Amino acid sequence: MSVLSRETLHVVTLQLNGQPRSGHAHPRLLLSDFLRHELGATGTHVGCEHGVCGACTVRIDGVAQRACMMLAVQADGRELQTVEGLADAGVLGDLQAAFKRHHALQCGFCTAGILMSCADWLGRVRDPSEVQVREMLSGHLCRCTGYTPIVAAVLDVARLRREAAHA
Amino acid sequence: MKPATFDYQRADSAEVAVAALAELGGDARILAGGQSLMAVLNMRLAQPKRLLDISRSTALAEVRIDAGWLHIGAAATQASVEWRPRLAQELPLLALAFPHISHFQIRNRGTVAGSIAHADPSAELPLCLLALEGEVLLRSSKRRRTLEAAAFFTGMLTTARSDDEMIEAVRFPLARPGTGHGFEEFSMRHGDFAVCAVAAVADAKRLRIAVAGVADQAVARDFPVLGGSALVDALNEFAWSLEARDEPQASAALRRRLVRELGRRAAEKALATRSDRT
Repeated sequence: MSVLSRETLHVVTLQLNGQPRSGHAHPRLLLSDFLRHELGATGTHVGCEHGVCGACTVRIDGVAQRACMMLAVQADGRELQTVEGLADAGVLGDLQAAFKRHHALQCGFCTAGILMSCADWLGRVRDPSEVQVREMLSGHLCRCTGYTPIVAAVLDVARLRREAAHA
Repeated sequence: MKPATFDYQRADSAEVAVAALAELGGDARILAGGQSLMAVLNMRLAQPKRLLDISRSTALAEVRIDAGWLHIGAAATQASVEWRPRLAQELPLLALAFPHISHFQIRNRGTVAGSIAHADPSAELPLCLLALEGEVLLRSSKRRRTLEAAAFFTGMLTTARSDDEMIEAVRFPLARPGTGHGFEEFSMRHGDFAVCAVAAVADAKRLRIAVAGVADQAVARDFPVLGGSALVDALNEFAWSLEARDEPQASAALRRRLVRELGRRAAEKALATRSDRT
């Protein structure tokens, strides 16, 4: 397979929240920087750039992952979901609405990443305990809330989705 | 922090990867999940000339049961093993250890083989591979060889892998009936690297205890089945033999104390969960 040279800009084409997008990247460009600087999708935030803080978490082919621990060239041909895709025609998605209702954010820097983790995880764990939610959230640092309202919002969404499924 | 420059090559098969390693040796690095390597690159602790990306190889992502082993390909994510419906029966020790390994979001992309290749002395997967006497399958363009965990790990972040070799797969022996397991860890925060982690495996005749986070690599020791003060004495001697060092986050005395306490808890759980104990 061909080698992408460090000196050259390469075309990266992906699906971003259902829309085909493309941009240019040197091999060393992080996916987080590609999203923000090349595609202008600044909803994804950048914190620590070594996988600890969770601010840059996005979904790649549905799976929540750190955009700072992946190269833009690795995302070629993949389907990405970022926080910009959660609201439908200006109406907050259920996760976003629950975060607003429970005051689960203050400055909002960590929120985009947390929402993308929850979007993946709640699809797999439909009836989570508080302990499980806290374990999942351990991959995100929030310095405003103390986490309690975030946990409440996540549990509330899980409950509402179960009720909707049974209605 | 951004990585230094490198060339990038997608290697969708082991053949492509080992051909590049034969040409470039230590100037090339395998990029699997990248959950250790990308952090190292971002901090410029490593500056390879070329990355060989195996993350999209379906052949290398295979996880299968093969003649009493769980065979885990080099590109298989930790999540692909963690979410196996029967993991608690197949490899109870891994089921106990996974919740301690970093975070959900990291396990989604990080690979089992990548953590073993990185060989961090505090990491859980190298510890489990050593405790369970698993094996590492290495491949170069010229040969294949299989190393037991104890022969693979050689020190702090170092292994017996040659520069022209890649890990093609790792394999863990499936739990034998009657075997019991225990896993205990202390870290500063949930998901952080362990200050001390202990894995214990027990059957009717043997108690095997392995410790990570104290020496420059995980260390395992076999004991006869012990309990009470004999276990306490054995763990105390084991703790001192690891030659713990004083570091800002934990003193040597704390680490010895953790080996004694977590070791006792893990051993007692392993002994208590043997199903054929007499």
